[in-house]
Amino acid sequence: MSALNIKQGTSSQSAYDLRSSHSDNIETHTLAVVVDNEAGVLARVIGLFSGRGYNIESLTVAEFDHEGHRSRITIVTTGTPRVIEQIKAELGRMVPVYQVNDLTVEGPSVERELAIFKVMGLGEIRAEAMRAAEIYRAKVVDSTIDSYTFELTGKSTKIDAFAEMMRPLGLKEIARTGVIALKRE
Amino acid sequence: MSKNMTGAKMVVKALKDQGVDTIFGYPGGAVLPIYDEIFLQTDIKHVLVRHEQGAVHAAEGYARSTGKPGVVLVTSGPGATNAVTGITDALMDSVPLVVLTGQVPTFMIGNDAFQEADTVGITRPCTKHNWLIKDTDKLSETIHQAFQVAITGRPGPVLIDIPKDVQFATGTYKSKSETPKIHYNPIVKGDTTDITRLAELIENAEKPIIYSGGGVINSGIGASQLLCELAEATNFPVTSTLMGLGAYPAAGKNWLGMLGMHGTYEANLTMHGCDLMINIGARFDDRITGRVQDFSPGSKKVHIDIDPSSINKVIHVDLPIIGDVGHILEDLMKIWKARGRKTNSQSIDKWWNQINKWKKTNCLSYTPSKKTIKPQYALERLEFLTKKHDRYVCTEVGQHQMWAAQFLGFDAPNRWMTSGGLGTMGYGFPASIGVQMAHPKSLVINVAGEASWLMNMQEMGTASQYNLPVKQFILNNERLGMVRQWQELLHGERYSSSWSESLPDFVKLAEAFGWKGICVDDPKDIDDAIMEMINYDGPVLFDCLVEKHENCFPMIPSGAPHNEMLLGNASTEDAISTSGAVLV
Repeated sequence: MSALNIKQGTSSQSAYDLRSSHSDNIETHTLAVVVDNEAGVLARVIGLFSGRGYNIESLTVAEFDHEGHRSRITIVTTGTPRVIEQIKAELGRMVPVYQVNDLTVEGPSVERELAIFKVMGLGEIRAEAMRAAEIYRAKVVDSTIDSYTFELTGKSTKIDAFAEMMRPLGLKEIARTGVIALKRE
Repeated sequence: MSKNMTGAKMVVKALKDQGVDTIFGYPGGAVLPIYDEIFLQTDIKHVLVRHEQGAVHAAEGYARSTGKPGVVLVTSGPGATNAVTGITDALMDSVPLVVLTGQVPTFMIGNDAFQEADTVGITRPCTKHNWLIKDTDKLSETIHQAFQVAITGRPGPVLIDIPKDVQFATGTYKSKSETPKIHYNPIVKGDTTDITRLAELIENAEKPIIYSGGGVINSGIGASQLLCELAEATNFPVTSTLMGLGAYPAAGKNWLGMLGMHGTYEANLTMHGCDLMINIGARFDDRITGRVQDFSPGSKKVHIDIDPSSINKVIHVDLPIIGDVGHILEDLMKIWKARGRKTNSQSIDKWWNQINKWKKTNCLSYTPSKKTIKPQYALERLEFLTKKHDRYVCTEVGQHQMWAAQFLGFDAPNRWMTSGGLGTMGYGFPASIGVQMAHPKSLVINVAGEASWLMNMQEMGTASQYNLPVKQFILNNERLGMVRQWQELLHGERYSSSWSESLPDFVKLAEAFGWKGICVDDPKDIDDAIMEMINYDGPVLFDCLVEKHENCFPMIPSGAPHNEMLLGNASTEDAISTSGAVLV
């Protein structure tokens, strides 16, 4: 709307609701969605987000029940409480969707992300990278004369912190899986 | 009988199993095996349209006038892409359709083959669900499941893309009863506690209104009857969206007329001032709410809807009830009666006094003319001369559509077919063909503007071929009337591309297709001309030359609340502010 120069929330002339009736606070939610593992199901979910202008912070998908052809999609999304409710309702009415759980509000859950870091360096920097990796309990999965490849699993915040740590120590590349999560019983 | 058969045979057998009697389509390379099977049987009638968009709108007209799903059969590539507008229209208006598209053979998919398009990719956002069939053994069960999805919950269009090799290959047929139901199963029963809460609100309301929508019609004839029962028993006023017209009869004593941007003064002010709003099967569309911050500021809002994603999407409601309108109204009536059939009748009488004062505004009045035909006058005469008939009305999109909603009365559901959500010009004529196919003996009228009507005029050939006596009632102002009205109000009277130049001679055009053409431009001739149209046994192109600069009122300008309606030309100056102008 900025291109039209309408200030959000001040549009007494607008026919559209530019203000949330609950809160304008942007929240981050982790949604676990169980779907039929059928052709195009991921495109359907992504299309919902892009078509209606919702955010995707991260998204992971894989089949977890081979016989039942079911996949779990874990989506981390941001929005006002009203937008989050709308996302859940839109997901819930899709034909291949079995279940939508908002792990952020439905009691305690376990969230994990896996990342791989390539760090290059020689001498003291290389030794420092190894010491930092030990503190973070990152595993060395590959090594050359001038590089380490670390594997780290944990909450996304931990991975962010490790990345910050490695940046001055020769960090070259990061690959992250995005969050997977399960509700705790 | 053997259960092994080709995919093409399966398609036809599955359609018969589903009780399909009519399909609308257009052949092409990738569906030839299915057309072969259609050729070899007589149970299913195939209507050959002249453009695939016409096939989908015709199927929509069929579906909305019968309550049964409409079926479309088109070829791959351009056949499928031409159908997209109609499919989107059906999604927006919750019309159950099953669209079958041909596809290039599986081994050529992805090769940019001749007439290949990614049909399931293109139609994913405009269908309720779609499928690409890669295995003939899966074909029949998918068709049965597709019908289940199309008609269950909030109805909508589904699409099945069938590659040509799948049509030729042999597989095992599964009947409807042998097909496993898919897990898609929306809630239909409403929560009893919530319904009891609604009964309490009904008992205490002083200034109530029932705001009904297309969901009542989609829920079936029983839901419309229950709506009437509720309104009569409580003496609550009733208004309806464009999509819901006919669910509560226009002749009913509690009827306020349509609400929204071009709704009646009394309907909109009753919405604005009410203390209890019962939304039954409507979705707080932006044409209804106007400025949402000022939408019915003092009311408790109840929303009955089968689609959970409609709840709190636009307007925050106090009491949402998710489920099928028919089921919920049935339970509501039971609970409310068991609690003693109470209403706050004194307050409601006072509310009616207020509403009757608003009615005296006579908001649909217009300046009559003896020289030119006013479009409102043409519709008043059409209403007077046709309302006793077994009548179905379609419309195109624009001013004529709003006038038709204002001036024609519908006393039963499924009698009014119009493109509400998507606003598809070119909808009405093919829709009228679908309606006439379903109701061959009825009077089917398409109220049109000349510009909309030209968008799908190729379907004249279809009406001729199948002897469909559809009446095309064109209010011809030689303008894109609604565009022109907005340009007058919003764009400094700069009428950019909003007039219809080089129009055909409609009478000659009619004759060219073997139709009857009638042209009328004098108000005193219009009754005779309409009678001639009704009495002619065949399709009629009725060219009604109307006042060119008439505006459609009342109107809530974009960005205004319900209590700031424009009632006529005098009130239009500076009615829409610059920030309102960016809205559609």
